[in-house]
Amino acid sequence: MTSYSTSEMRNGLKVLLNNEPCVIIENEFVKPGKGQGFNRIKLRHLKTGRIYDRTLKSGEHLQAANILEITVQYLYHDSEYWYFMNPQNFEQYQANHEIIGDTIKWLKEQDNCTMITWNGQPLTILPANFVTLQVTESEPSIKGDTVSGGTKPVQLKTGATLRVPLFIENGDWLKIDTRTGEYISRVSAPDA
Amino acid sequence: MPRQMQVNEPNVDWHPSATLSALRLRAKIIAKIRAFFAKNNILEVTTPLLTDKGVTDPYLKNFQVPVDDQILYLQTSPEYAMKRLLCAGSGPIYQICQAFRFGDSGTCHQPEFTMLEWYRPNFEHMQLMDEIDLLLKIVLTNQTAKRISYQDIFAQHLQINPHTIPRKQLITCVQQKVKGLQERSLIQWPHTTLLECLFSHCIQPKLGHNTPLFIYDYPEKQAALAKLRTIPHQKEAIAERFELFINGIELANGYHELTDPEIYRLRFEQDNRQRLQNKQPTMAIDHKLLRALEQGGLPTCAGVALGLDRLVMVAGGYQKISEVISL
Repeated sequence: MTSYSTSEMRNGLKVLLNNEPCVIIENEFVKPGKGQGFNRIKLRHLKTGRIYDRTLKSGEHLQAANILEITVQYLYHDSEYWYFMNPQNFEQYQANHEIIGDTIKWLKEQDNCTMITWNGQPLTILPANFVTLQVTESEPSIKGDTVSGGTKPVQLKTGATLRVPLFIENGDWLKIDTRTGEYISRVSAPDA
Repeated sequence: MPRQMQVNEPNVDWHPSATLSALRLRAKIIAKIRAFFAKNNILEVTTPLLTDKGVTDPYLKNFQVPVDDQILYLQTSPEYAMKRLLCAGSGPIYQICQAFRFGDSGTCHQPEFTMLEWYRPNFEHMQLMDEIDLLLKIVLTNQTAKRISYQDIFAQHLQINPHTIPRKQLITCVQQKVKGLQERSLIQWPHTTLLECLFSHCIQPKLGHNTPLFIYDYPEKQAALAKLRTIPHQKEAIAERFELFINGIELANGYHELTDPEIYRLRFEQDNRQRLQNKQPTMAIDHKLLRALEQGGLPTCAGVALGLDRLVMVAGGYQKISEVISL
C-alpha cells in the first residue's frame, strides 16, 4: 500500500490516521540545529470535519487513503437513500442522510455534483459551486418596505431558505452560490 | 505582440519569491559581513559545493549527483573542507556559500540555502560567541546577546534537569507538553530525541524575543563535532557547543572544535551505526579529513555556521525564508 513520508505530505494529500480518512491541511517542519527534525501536521477528518494535530518525527510515514473525487449526477431519493450515477460508466451509488448532510439543500434531480469516495464508498457529496433552483414559497412584497434592507426570505423547492431582493416571486428560478448560501441573480427557467 | 502560450504549457508564476527591497537588504548585510571579516584579518575562502564524500550525520541527507558511474554529493556544509584548510595552516577563515539539505523544507528551511561559516584558531566557544555578538551589532541590533546554558533553559521552561532526568519521567514530560504524539511510539524513541522534541516544541519558540540568546553546553549525546568537558560528580560530559536564537529562530550552531582524529572516526562510525538502525544507507567516511587531522593537525579552534538567509529574515522582519531568497 502506498504511503507518504513527512517530506511528501503536502496540503490536500489524503492519508489514513488511525484507519480513518483525513486530508492534510498544514505541515510545518521544525528542526533543531543538529539532530532529529519533526513535522507538525494538521489534518481534517474527511467525514466528520474534525481537526487533528499530529507530531511526527521527520521521515515517518502515513498510509495513503484511497480517495477519489468523481463527478456524479443526482438521480432521485427514496425514504432512506439518495441515488447518484457516474455518467462516465453508469455506475450507481447510494448515500444515506448522514453522507448527504447539508448538501441536501442544493440538490435538484439531473444536476451534477461532486462525490468523494473512500475505497469506492461515498464519503461526502459536494454540490456544484453554483446551482439553479426554483422558489416555492414567497410572501408578496410590500411596497415601500425599507426596514428589511430591501430583502425578504423565500423557500426553495429543496427546502432551503435564503434572503432575496423584493422583486423575486413564487416560481422564479434563482442562481445561488452554495459555498455561501447566498442569492446571486434571477435566471430564466432551465430547459426541461 | 506577446507570444501566445502553448496549450500544454502550465501557467506558472514566474515572479521571484523575494521582493527587490529584501534583496537590497540582503546585499547590504553581505557587504557588511565581508567588511567585518576583512577588518579582522579573516581570510575569505571558497571550497567545492560538489564533493565526493557525503555527510554521516543521520539527520542530514545529501543531494546526490550521479556522474558516469560515480555518485557525487552536494555539500550540507563546508565544514570538512574548511577544517582541511585549517589543518594546512590557513589561520582564521570564513566562507559564504550555498549548502544543500535534501528534504528540509518549511517556513525557515529551504533545501538550498546560504551559509556563513567561520573558524577562529585559539578561540574557545565563549570567545567565538563574543565575536558573533560583535557581528550581530553591526548588521542587526545594539543589544548584547544573553547566554543561558542548556541545563538552565530546561529548568526555566520545564523545571527539569536535562542531564539527569530519568527516562520514564522524561517520557511523561513529552506526553504532557507536546500534543499530537503517538504515545505508544515514544517508548522506542532515543533519550536524545525526547530532549530534542521538548526543546524544539516547548523551548525554542520562546527564545531570543527581546535580545539575541545563546544556548550553550549541550548534552554529550548532542555533541556532533564539539569538544567534551567532564563535570565533577556528573556521569555524562558536557559538549562545548552553542546555538544562537533570535525571535524563536535558530540562527547559528557553533563548537569548540574537536581536534582528536580518533574521536572524529568514532563519531562518524557512531553516526553510521545510527543510520543502520534508522534503516538509512551508511555514508563513506571522509578519509581526506581524517588524514588532515592526523598529519596536519587541527589547531585548537572554535567554529560556527550561521544561516545567512535567516539573518536577513530577522533583520528585515520577514516571516518566511522564501521572502529573502530569490527563488
